[in-house]
Amino acid sequence: MKKIIFSLLITATIAFVYFGCSKDIHGRTDELPALNPANIDIDAGSWKLVLLSRPDSFAVAAPAATNLPGYIGELNEVKGLQANLSDDEKAKIKYWSVGAVLRFNEIMRELVAKHNLPPYQNEDGTYPIPSGSNPFAYPQFPFSNPPYAARAYGYISASQYDALVACWYYKKLYNRAAPYKNDSTINANAIAVKTDLPSYPSEQAVLAGVTAEMMKMLFPTEIAYVNAKVEELQLATMSSGACVRSDWVAGEALGRQIASVFAARGRADNTSKAVGSQAQWDSLATATAAKGEIPWHSLETPARPPMLPFFGNVKPFLFDSLTVKNVLRPGPPPSTGSDEMKKQTEEVYGYTSNPTAENLKIVQFWADGAGTFTPPGHWDAIAAEDFVKQNFSEVRWARNFALLNMAEMDAAIVCWDAKYFYFNPRPSQLNPAIKTLTGVPNFPSYISGHSTFSGAAATILGHIIPERADAYMAMAEEAAKSRLIGGIHYNASDCKVGMDVGKNVGNYAIQRALTDGAE
Amino acid sequence: MRITERAKKYMVAAVLVIALQTQIAKAQTDADAIMMAKSNLCVGAMYGHSSWKNYWEGTFKRDNQNLGTVSAKMYSVMGAYGITSKLNFLFGAPYVQTKASRGTLHGAEGIQDLSLWLKWMPLEKTIGKKTVYAIYGVGGFSTPLSNYEGDYLPLAIGLHSTNLTGRVIADIQHGDFFATASGTYTYRNNITINRDAYYTTSMHYTNKVDMPNVVSAQFRTGYRTNRWIAEALFDYSNTIGGFDIRKNDMPFPSNNMDWTSLGVNLKYNFKSVPGLSLVGGGSYVLHGRNVGQSTMFNGGVFYILRTSKSKSVASHSCKLCAK
Repeated sequence: MKKIIFSLLITATIAFVYFGCSKDIHGRTDELPALNPANIDIDAGSWKLVLLSRPDSFAVAAPAATNLPGYIGELNEVKGLQANLSDDEKAKIKYWSVGAVLRFNEIMRELVAKHNLPPYQNEDGTYPIPSGSNPFAYPQFPFSNPPYAARAYGYISASQYDALVACWYYKKLYNRAAPYKNDSTINANAIAVKTDLPSYPSEQAVLAGVTAEMMKMLFPTEIAYVNAKVEELQLATMSSGACVRSDWVAGEALGRQIASVFAARGRADNTSKAVGSQAQWDSLATATAAKGEIPWHSLETPARPPMLPFFGNVKPFLFDSLTVKNVLRPGPPPSTGSDEMKKQTEEVYGYTSNPTAENLKIVQFWADGAGTFTPPGHWDAIAAEDFVKQNFSEVRWARNFALLNMAEMDAAIVCWDAKYFYFNPRPSQLNPAIKTLTGVPNFPSYISGHSTFSGAAATILGHIIPERADAYMAMAEEAAKSRLIGGIHYNASDCKVGMDVGKNVGNYAIQRALTDGAE
Repeated sequence: MRITERAKKYMVAAVLVIALQTQIAKAQTDADAIMMAKSNLCVGAMYGHSSWKNYWEGTFKRDNQNLGTVSAKMYSVMGAYGITSKLNFLFGAPYVQTKASRGTLHGAEGIQDLSLWLKWMPLEKTIGKKTVYAIYGVGGFSTPLSNYEGDYLPLAIGLHSTNLTGRVIADIQHGDFFATASGTYTYRNNITINRDAYYTTSMHYTNKVDMPNVVSAQFRTGYRTNRWIAEALFDYSNTIGGFDIRKNDMPFPSNNMDWTSLGVNLKYNFKSVPGLSLVGGGSYVLHGRNVGQSTMFNGGVFYILRTSKSKSVASHSCKLCAK
């Protein structure tokens, strides 16, 4: 009996040791230190803008002098906030102090993941299409699939960048120091990292205003959610001692005005025509069959209309639409009837017929399918965690994300142009014995979206952080490979060409980076 | 001795139920009211098959023509050893294969989780001539035996969590009829998935997933002698927390998976070959949430190996059957 009790005790001890570790889970960016820029980039007001013609396209009135009663009243408001901080408010200050560009990017990734769900079919086997004019009805607008997401990240990042360049322009122009520089009590109680960056207009407010305003176009069901974040950020920024109310008000108004320029472009960039109609979808198949090629068809049941077949006509940021069709569009894939295509299909079958555990892991890591933040979001996550270590100023964060996400959006455009120009079938269509290790996306095969996104992202990120260039390219190669070994794409035609096209797009972003005044 | 001879013919019944999606293998030996006799080792092999066509996304019941029928085959080895007649050690480990009958998704296969149990009978009491009561306490531990992908629902072979289980069982036998009720709490440790971020009802920038714990209960009743057991089972399982699958989303390991199921089991102990028995059964999920509506069948063969110290072949708690 003693033996039994002894063995029971041993078992219980092992169990408790094993489970002794807390079940609490922390996100990788939860506990990061506050942003403390290595360089405040005081001259960023002269950096090259994306859409605005001038940094002062929208006027910001000169702030009141810091010795006037108005400003002193604002300082007192900050002191009042500092005196009554709850633990929750302190946690919010800490959260936002890591960087508002980072946090808004994370919020964007969350919204993309939340809305990245293909609509459920109607009773008659057709599919409902999300409607921007009735966004709350099922299926909610948008369905943030990879091209939609790439464009959303692109617009948000580009607008944040222009808004911060304008913000920096006025900061330098008016040169009003932060509250912690103007008042010794606030200075003593400030939680904010203290820098020489002027606080008028507040960069957090500019970011909040521009992001919230862009949401009206991109994620209309989330306006209230984002506005709650805006209020949270305002309270956190003011109570940290980083800005007074007039810094905030001027900044938020500037951000919202600048967003209007980007939203106007977005409404006219051909995205609204990207879905197409049944007749247009049919003509894509007919045109492909007329060339003697097997046209792509949906592998879903009931057959789902192709995903945004005319997204290739969306207006890019880094080059014009003619460049998409005439310069960046790759040559054709091997004919669907060719031995080469047969060989490439066999290669896919070889990888999927008996997958290794290591391959399954790679496929899963890069899958980024339905319900995720998509491949561009994955690259944003990779970038963000590296940017944190670089101690960029907020404006440089915005600039680097703009370069990355404009490249990702333009990669989506070029990739989608090729996909629907060639309308090439998936491996599982040519050989139904090919079972995939993750879901097959509902659009043509050539060229691989993952490869294009990854090639573009690795190229521009390698320029931004040269010491990581090889690592980024290795990641991109793995992402591309994941689509081959997962049975989603052919290797030589889809993945390799996709990588090359992606790198070409990335090079346009490098060209911009070299001439935008930030390097 | 006649008593011992009859007792010999009993052994641990082990029945697999595949209820949750397609993955969870459950050796019913840990939930029944049958004990191995001291120093006896019972080992067996089981085959189980489960399939479902309909499933619930949250409370929305649907089918999916891109999956067709999702099925799982399970081959397992299990056993029980009588440390004493009141304390048993149980183990089990299945090999699982899954597939979808339609669509392009690849099936999965591999060795799933090792389950270890200690089953203790602290109380057994005879009242009058026909009635016996018994109480049991069961402690379980299970952990993945391979690095299979848990984040591949609905075709994952398991959820890849390491679990601790506590269970109380109460049993009553009256003549040849019995009823057993049990309640179970399962603590599930965090799992690690092969992704750096995932969305539940909010975004998580981590590869760790908080697995909600599970409360379950079972009621079984029927005819039980030392030759035959024929019983009906009702199962209830409730994940405490977790989230619903959104419309047309993929399932996730930390979903709020609940179900009730009804089943039957049969067991026969051979007279001609003492220690040999056959088991079989089936069950059907009546209602669920974030799970498939599984129909399950299983069958197996068990044999009791007597060690030098063995006095009797096996026993269950019922002293009446030994009469």
